[in-house]
Amino acid sequence: MSRDTYCTFTVCDYLFGVPVYEVQEIVRNLERTRVPLAPEAIDGLINLRGQIVPAIDVRHRLALPPRPEDIEPMNVIVKAGGEPVSLLVDEIGDVIEVDAAKFEEPPDTLLETGRDLIHGVMKLDSELMLLLNIDKCVCVTEATRSESR
Amino acid sequence: MTDFGDILKDFLVESYENLDQLDQDLVALESDPDDADRLASVFRTLHTIKGSAGFFGFEKLQAVAHAGENLLSRLRDGQMRLTPDINDLLLATADAIRTMLQTIEESGSDGENSYSELLRKLEEAYQAAPSSGGEASVAGEAPANTQSVEVSEAAPAPEDSTAPAEQPASPPDSSEGKGVRPTEGSARPVAENQPRKSSGKASHVSDSTIRVDVALLDKLMNLVGELVLARNQIVQFANTQSDPAFLNASQRLSLVTTELQEGVMKTRMQPIATIWNKLPRVVRDLARQCGKQVRLELHGKEVELDKSILETIKDPLTHLIRNAVDHGIESPEERTAAGKPAEGTLSLRAYHEGGQVNIEISDDGRGIDIDKVRRKAIERGLLTPDAAATAPDHQILQFIFHPGLSTAEKVTNVSGRGVGMDVVKTHIEKIGGSIEISTERGRGTTFRIKLPLTLAIIPALIVRTGGERMAIPQVSLLELVRVDPRDGKDRIEWVHNAPVYRLRGELLPIVYLSQVLGLEDNVRRSSDSVAYLVVLHAEGRRFGLVVDEIVDTQEIVVKPLARQLKHIPVFAGATIMGDGKVALILDAFGLARKVGLKGNGNATAAAPTRGSTGSNSRTVTVLLVALGPDKRAVIPLRFVSRLEDIAPGAFETAGEHTVIQYGDRLLPIVDLVRYGSGAASLSEREKAPVVVCNDGHRQVGLLVDRIVDIVEAEIRLHPLADDPIAAGAAVICGKVADVIDVERLFTSLPFDPTPVAA
Repeated sequence: MSRDTYCTFTVCDYLFGVPVYEVQEIVRNLERTRVPLAPEAIDGLINLRGQIVPAIDVRHRLALPPRPEDIEPMNVIVKAGGEPVSLLVDEIGDVIEVDAAKFEEPPDTLLETGRDLIHGVMKLDSELMLLLNIDKCVCVTEATRSESR
Repeated sequence: MTDFGDILKDFLVESYENLDQLDQDLVALESDPDDADRLASVFRTLHTIKGSAGFFGFEKLQAVAHAGENLLSRLRDGQMRLTPDINDLLLATADAIRTMLQTIEESGSDGENSYSELLRKLEEAYQAAPSSGGEASVAGEAPANTQSVEVSEAAPAPEDSTAPAEQPASPPDSSEGKGVRPTEGSARPVAENQPRKSSGKASHVSDSTIRVDVALLDKLMNLVGELVLARNQIVQFANTQSDPAFLNASQRLSLVTTELQEGVMKTRMQPIATIWNKLPRVVRDLARQCGKQVRLELHGKEVELDKSILETIKDPLTHLIRNAVDHGIESPEERTAAGKPAEGTLSLRAYHEGGQVNIEISDDGRGIDIDKVRRKAIERGLLTPDAAATAPDHQILQFIFHPGLSTAEKVTNVSGRGVGMDVVKTHIEKIGGSIEISTERGRGTTFRIKLPLTLAIIPALIVRTGGERMAIPQVSLLELVRVDPRDGKDRIEWVHNAPVYRLRGELLPIVYLSQVLGLEDNVRRSSDSVAYLVVLHAEGRRFGLVVDEIVDTQEIVVKPLARQLKHIPVFAGATIMGDGKVALILDAFGLARKVGLKGNGNATAAAPTRGSTGSNSRTVTVLLVALGPDKRAVIPLRFVSRLEDIAPGAFETAGEHTVIQYGDRLLPIVDLVRYGSGAASLSEREKAPVVVCNDGHRQVGLLVDRIVDIVEAEIRLHPLADDPIAAGAAVICGKVADVIDVERLFTSLPFDPTPVAA
């Protein structure tokens, strides 16, 4: 039976997982430079050892409430389309091995925002782990920018 | 056999270079068939290739080179003269060799094609001339040729190097080939036996140069970029330290880094000639193909550009040249009929300007038919007929760069497919360049490409606005102005809803950076406080950018923005500052476009660009005013010195003229509204807007109904007979407006010219 390794993190009390080979590294909160006129989901640019990397707020992408001030976000650096991108999450979990048989499609009742980004659920013993679709998650374009002004 | 592989690689690289030279020489020979030096050079090139091919055992390559060489020997010995037909054959030979070299590079053999047709034609041409032992002279010449070949110590078989001198060549004869790459030691005795026709230029150069992989240079450049960042960080840290030894060391580090950076950048610079040298051949072939006569003029070959920039512009440049020859320059008959010389001129000019390199490609052909572009744009649904009728020519011309729009009547295999110009523009803009076009019917077209010298490290001004630090490339920077309303009249003023600043008497449109970036909404309040203006120029326009603070100037390393952010036009990239934080790099072009596109085009209006288009209409900045509900007029902005709201009670009469007391003088008033369609009379209004104009000597106030906007417009004057105030009418922003003849108004003034205080 095949087992896959996942890197887990929490966003708004949900447990998320991404395949560990997609994760380049985890970095603590880095100072972000805000980018005016950028899509709102882009929470600034960080300096990752000389490389300039956009930070994408996973909360915003999933239309979850904004992160409270007292939670320092963590950067999950993933490689998407060859470019590193930082996913801002609330807390880093573990690296776990999961039985591939525990996979299930997301429920039909999942709304559109989530359906796009969550491509499956792993039924862990204690809780559910949502599988985040990284390629979709970092695909932030002009269209996703709501006119705030 | 890695040694052999290396030698083969050297041979290929060298042969490609030689072939490029061959192309140039052959094209040059066509205009001067008696240039013996060039003939000798062509001959040498072919001979070298033939010899090397023999050495490597590429028989087909050798056969083709040999046949070409034979024909050339006739030319060199004066038994034949170079005609375009023969030149075609020789160029075809060069092409065949190039193809075979590519096959060799890919597969290691010279391919299946034996080029029998080409060989037959070469032989025919050779036989057509009277024979006089050309064969022997081919062989006799050989050793001398070795002088022009790069000396390679890795070349084997030195014992054969003298062979060609003794052996009458009976090609294909491989022994002759070995002599072409002698070792340094063996080359000398050969040279002494032979009359030296050419100086051994190449061997001198090869003594002091080495070939370096571009990928290695790229890597070095990246590393230097990182070093510059680290240096910036240390220098910033050093400012807080007092240890003299550390300060010394950091200063030295700074200097050395700068020098290293310049040095590495230089290694990547190449003269533009490296890509231009291929053009004579391109132009010649095209011209023959299209039945045209074209003379190519190249100016500024020595101008240097970063290799990656050269690579990027190579194809766009070739495309523009193809366009110019194929449908820019007319056929000789057409040209003669139009009273032009039968031979068209295509001229390329490269020169430095303001930290950039400009390349101009101009032809003296038929020009672009703007009406045709207009029609095509409507056909393709890019423009509504209404908009097309009123859009100024320069705007219509931009459609040339739109995908899928070609004005060529017939599609040739050269051009006219409507793909290309958009690609040209994209390529050039991708590397931070820009392309402008100007054209005149019957007189020709000019494309002007502006390119940055290098991409990686640029000097920039660091500013702060809305709490954010940003970098502005020095290239677009003109000057810095501190506007302090507290000391006197110096302040930002408003033309309707457009802020302007009087910079040495000319109105400069103002852009609030914080507003453009959406960091701040209400900017009018800041008109009364100190403002820092960064005067920028982009696309021939000037504007003042208001920032909160000017920090300093720095060398910054340009890093591209992530693809999620590429669509934001106001940013050119990002960089890492001395403190390790990221800062965005502003793009003056993007800023200008953004404020221009948002409808308040006033913000981007700028000083008139004098004589920039060279066509019969000109682009000027004008003040657009209303003279009643449906009558509009424009006043050239260069005459406008002030805009005043005057209470109706202030209008008085002096003699027959209306005047107001203005400062310590009387300002004559010309009521433009009266000439309009009868708008509200003065008494019914609370305030009347008056445009104060001066020509440096005299002043006049023009009473208007309403001030509308400042626009940059291309004015095509339609003369109006006997109009007392207008020089004519023009279409401005889609509506007809009178063009006020300010100069004539001055001459009809009731007062003697009184000097105007500056």
